Amino acid sequence: MLDMQDITKVYAAGLIETHALRSLNLEVKSGEFVAVTGPSGSGKTTFLNIAGLLESPSGGRYLLDGEDVSGFGDNARSKIRNEKIGFIFQAFNLIPDLNIADNVDVPLRYRGFSGSERKRRIDEALELVGLSSRRNHLPAQLSGGQQQRVAIARALAGDPALLLADEPTGNLDSLMARQVMDLLEEINARGTTIIMVTHDPELARRAGRNVHLLDGQVSDFQPLEPPPAEADDDDGVRSVA
Amino acid sequence: MTAYYLKLAWLSIRKNPLLTSLMIGAIALGIGVSMTTLTLYHVMSSDPLPQKSDQVFAVMMDTWNPDDPYTELNDGSAPPPQTTFRDSMALMESDIPTHQAVMLHKGFAARLDEDGARPERLSTRATYGDFFPMFEVPFLYGSGWDRNADDRAERVVVLSKRINDKFFGGEDSVGERLMLDGTPFTVVGVIDEWRPVPHFYDLNTGLFGDSEELFVPFQVPISLEYYADGSTNCWKPERIESYQDFLQSECVWLQHWAQLDTDAQREAFQGFIDAYALEQRKLGRFGRPLDNRLNDVMTWLEFREVVSDDNRLLMVLAFMFLAICLLNTIGLMLAKFINRAPLVGVRRALGASRFEIIRQHGVEVLIIGILGGLAGLVLSWGGLIAVRSWYRGYEYLAHLDPAMVAWAIGLAVLSAALAGLYPTWRISRIQPAVHLKAQ
Repeated sequence: MLDMQDITKVYAAGLIETHALRSLNLEVKSGEFVAVTGPSGSGKTTFLNIAGLLESPSGGRYLLDGEDVSGFGDNARSKIRNEKIGFIFQAFNLIPDLNIADNVDVPLRYRGFSGSERKRRIDEALELVGLSSRRNHLPAQLSGGQQQRVAIARALAGDPALLLADEPTGNLDSLMARQVMDLLEEINARGTTIIMVTHDPELARRAGRNVHLLDGQVSDFQPLEPPPAEADDDDGVRSVA
Repeated sequence: MTAYYLKLAWLSIRKNPLLTSLMIGAIALGIGVSMTTLTLYHVMSSDPLPQKSDQVFAVMMDTWNPDDPYTELNDGSAPPPQTTFRDSMALMESDIPTHQAVMLHKGFAARLDEDGARPERLSTRATYGDFFPMFEVPFLYGSGWDRNADDRAERVVVLSKRINDKFFGGEDSVGERLMLDGTPFTVVGVIDEWRPVPHFYDLNTGLFGDSEELFVPFQVPISLEYYADGSTNCWKPERIESYQDFLQSECVWLQHWAQLDTDAQREAFQGFIDAYALEQRKLGRFGRPLDNRLNDVMTWLEFREVVSDDNRLLMVLAFMFLAICLLNTIGLMLAKFINRAPLVGVRRALGASRFEIIRQHGVEVLIIGILGGLAGLVLSWGGLIAVRSWYRGYEYLAHLDPAMVAWAIGLAVLSAALAGLYPTWRISRIQPAVHLKAQ
């Protein structure tokens, strides 16, 4: 699914160069749930930006779904972002003036789907995250956890091959964080590849594989032990409105 | 997608009405001022006789002082813009022009024959019957008069529509009698609305005012020994003791126009005038270098500086003001768009190309431009009302016509597009990654 070979990223500010990524090598197979961890400044966000084609690498080779995308221009990268990648951000990044359904609709509009197709996908995505009844609400009328679920619905509506999540539970309390993680696991179980950046070892443990970044390089590929079993509470995604 | 972007534009406008109003206001102000000025300039510089302005010529003859050229006009060496009576009468003998008319402006006191009411003093043009076909004056009833009526100074009159409405209730008054300065005149025609702008055939009586209310044969005021109400300029110290002395003097006080349809006609008439001048030179007149001119209507208006340099400067200043308004709009728009960068970052992350971001913001810019244009039209309309109320003689000048309305909207949209160009380009170039984390 994702294959990064010797990826480097250098930011230049005047005479000062900052090496955010140094010869990063990482392969993520289709259907994997990978957690990327590391201390601040380790290059997690830069890695995610390059993986999501929001930034271009300074060097190296990046294969996404078997296609070398490292040299793609802006239009081609926009198209791939739209069709193959879904984003989940720490701050949800919903558009405050649009209602929930219209927020989920945004990537579908750029995809050029017909009205009926867009409606079908919106309905399905909102159903999946349990927010069908809130389709006409504005983001500000929802709780943080609900907003993040809308963001997940938006990311999934286009049926992406790769889901990139940047600290998806960073702005949520533990209960809501658990619900969101449950949802991500459910999505992964359906076959969607997920790469999640987090600094929370507890969350990272729930991923299938943990990748540790340090100084812009992958330092550790050790798979994590399964998390200790938790009692299933009654706050499952479906039950929370 | 356009409908979608229209919806987004509307949401954006509704979200920040103050900022949007400021942008619309800035555009409207610039459009209002520039369109008011442009409308005045457009009318001032318009062709008052569009069908044949290149076939109708003002006649100028340099009968002025051999030692001191006529200097009132822009070109120090130009002949005076009006003619003497004796020279115009001599030219009227020529049958080269298709039409030819000498004219003067005079006020006549008019009342109905049996009417005991006080007479009303009306602006009157005394001219030849050729005036009407030459200037394509539209008639409601009847017609002008023929050359016999000119030669015999017949008491006939052509009325404006307003005067016919006033004295005859708008009915066909041909054959009716109207008392002018106590003398009965027979109505031979009533003209329809006719108001050439500028008032090109006699610029002494106001550039942009109303046209005359009455038209009588040229020889009528001559036979009554009337002087003109317009401008009379004399250079020669002459003994003028009688009206006949005045008619034979070197004073210029008449307007002389001729219709010359072909180049051959024009050359022939120019030759006729020059030959006449050389003949007169033998009699001690036309002491200046031979300089007789035939200026077609637009050349004449340019020569008379109907659109002055001040007007042009005013227009330049108005458009500079528009540019300043646009600069302000650019600043406001930039602030609004850049403030939206995080949301644009989200859209970019979700797959919007730069082109789609440009389209989205372009639609908003166009809406602001159209709203600014409409508001600018209202301001232009108000500005022209103000011009009409402040400046006498601009009553018929300061009007928005459909062409100018189209101009205003087009200019506003173009202005908004120009103002939106940079902010739209800037917002389309943002780095989404920078703003996604910051939101």
